[in-house]
Amino acid sequence: MAIKQHSVLPGFGLSLGYTLLYLSLIVLLPLSALVIKVTHMEWAAFWHAVTEPRVLASYRVTFGASLIAATLNLVFGLLLAWVLVRYPFPGKRLVDALVDLPFALPTAVAGIALATLYAPNGSIGRWLDPLGIKVAFTPLGIVFALTFITLPFVVRTVQPVLQDLETELEEAAASLGATRWQVFQRVILPTLLPALLTGFALAFARAIGEYGSVIFIAGNMPFVSEITPLMIISKLEQYDYLGATAIALVMLAVSFVMLLVINGLQWWSAKRLGRRK
Amino acid sequence: MSIEVRQINKRFGDFVALDDINLDIQTGELLALLGPSGCGKTTLLRIIAGLETPDRGSILFHGEDATDTHVRERQVGFVFQHYALFRHMTVFENVAFGLRVRPKHTRPTDAAIKQKVHTLLELVQLDWLADRYPAQLSGGQRQRIALARALAVEPRVLLLDEPFGALDTKVRKELRRWLRRLHDEMHITSVFVTHDQEEALEVADRVVVMNKGRIEQTGTPEQVYDQPATPFVYQFLGDVNLFHSRVHEGWAEVGGTRFAAPEAGDKAVIYVRPHEIDIQRIATDKALAGVITHVRLLGATVRLEVNVAAGDPVEVELTRERYTEGRWSVGEAVWLSPREARVYAG
Repeated sequence: MAIKQHSVLPGFGLSLGYTLLYLSLIVLLPLSALVIKVTHMEWAAFWHAVTEPRVLASYRVTFGASLIAATLNLVFGLLLAWVLVRYPFPGKRLVDALVDLPFALPTAVAGIALATLYAPNGSIGRWLDPLGIKVAFTPLGIVFALTFITLPFVVRTVQPVLQDLETELEEAAASLGATRWQVFQRVILPTLLPALLTGFALAFARAIGEYGSVIFIAGNMPFVSEITPLMIISKLEQYDYLGATAIALVMLAVSFVMLLVINGLQWWSAKRLGRRK
Repeated sequence: MSIEVRQINKRFGDFVALDDINLDIQTGELLALLGPSGCGKTTLLRIIAGLETPDRGSILFHGEDATDTHVRERQVGFVFQHYALFRHMTVFENVAFGLRVRPKHTRPTDAAIKQKVHTLLELVQLDWLADRYPAQLSGGQRQRIALARALAVEPRVLLLDEPFGALDTKVRKELRRWLRRLHDEMHITSVFVTHDQEEALEVADRVVVMNKGRIEQTGTPEQVYDQPATPFVYQFLGDVNLFHSRVHEGWAEVGGTRFAAPEAGDKAVIYVRPHEIDIQRIATDKALAGVITHVRLLGATVRLEVNVAAGDPVEVELTRERYTEGRWSVGEAVWLSPREARVYAG
């Protein structure tokens, strides 16, 4: 990267230095501490800690539920964004603001609220219980909580792209003989795809790390509804710091891969749509 | 294919976009809808295309009522001012779009599509860009691709909404000549919207001048320029000087020249184009006396601004030769008399 010698914007050195220091202190230092801590472990012990049957089961719950939640929000987030951008209706601003609520709400509050609603004696759970549907204290409850928490991601990534989508494109496609469905499938969806995938990846990454809202509704039964972040907590409670760190490293690796994927998608979409950044 | 526009009305809220429009478009002609922005020309084009529905009135294609036909079935090619190319598709796929979305039983084979697209790309002289994305093309190239895309579905009518509006002057001129040649080869009934009178006069077979949701005049470029039906048409098609005069026994007079004013009442407004004014150094009987205040060299022509005693400054246009012969300069006293004019009631 070439550093400009004569920039019209002053303070390049100072601001870059400050940014790097800040990032190092806030992000890199704790993460490297994590990695260094793990290097104290024997390889066999590390492998044992991260592949314990109970831990493996927690991966399945976490990744499975996160995938389902992110997929649900991919579909309904698109629908919500579509409605918010395309149609004027009374209370639109309110609905728009509601989308951000899962961001703003303390996750524990969301967890308690969901658990109260969906418990077998809760106001919704009481109607579902006779039908044999158990939400609270099952993996289904985890999916519910994660769907709630990750709702804003797809909506907020798709919304601006949808807003920029000229109606002329749709008119052009229609004048060329395309049906409504063909217009959606061949013109709108491909244009939204990068934003959709980014929103999906963000939602998925967030869901993997979610703790607060899940533990109240999950019931936390070993092998059934224990999530990976909870495994870390329970290891810590047993003073198994190394074991906890080992699992944390696995989570870190997954998050890192997710970030790479997100950046890759953004790069790909920028290239494809010819926007220069 | 001919198009008939019958008593079309369209309002947007309180704004009357189109007020009782009637228009016949002949098979194979290239028609320009000309007018200032907000005159309703784009709305009319969009109604013909089926992208907008009229409040009242009907559109007939080849004698058949097409008012309620969806844009998808109307078989019109529409070209947008800002191209509206699909950014995620290559140039090839953009042009092929209209063929690929056809129902299975009428869809051409891949080989046929490929051949057709390449023929069209050759027609617009951009065959070498087939694998590029729209973002990699210049404005002029994009508009030619948009045209090829519209032609791919073999439309019965070609509609162009300010097709050169987003391009710079030089590309614009090239492209409109090219469009004229293309039309001469293909003879497809075409309507294009423009606010540029030079463009309309140069390209079109017939020009429809619109103002405030109404048609002011329809005619060949010569007709609308030489015999403007209304003061608006006269003013819109070129620069103009206005003179006010009283009418005596059916004659109005400016600078010693008398013009017949049979339809004007008591007072008349006389419209004179800048190149229709004679300029002299010798005082003649009734010529308008004035002083040259500005000299502007505009390439082949020269424009003089002359302050006269009464009314607005008068613009006089001379050819470069006449200007050099006369050696006119700022501050000189001159006498003006119009050679030709149009007289309207004032």
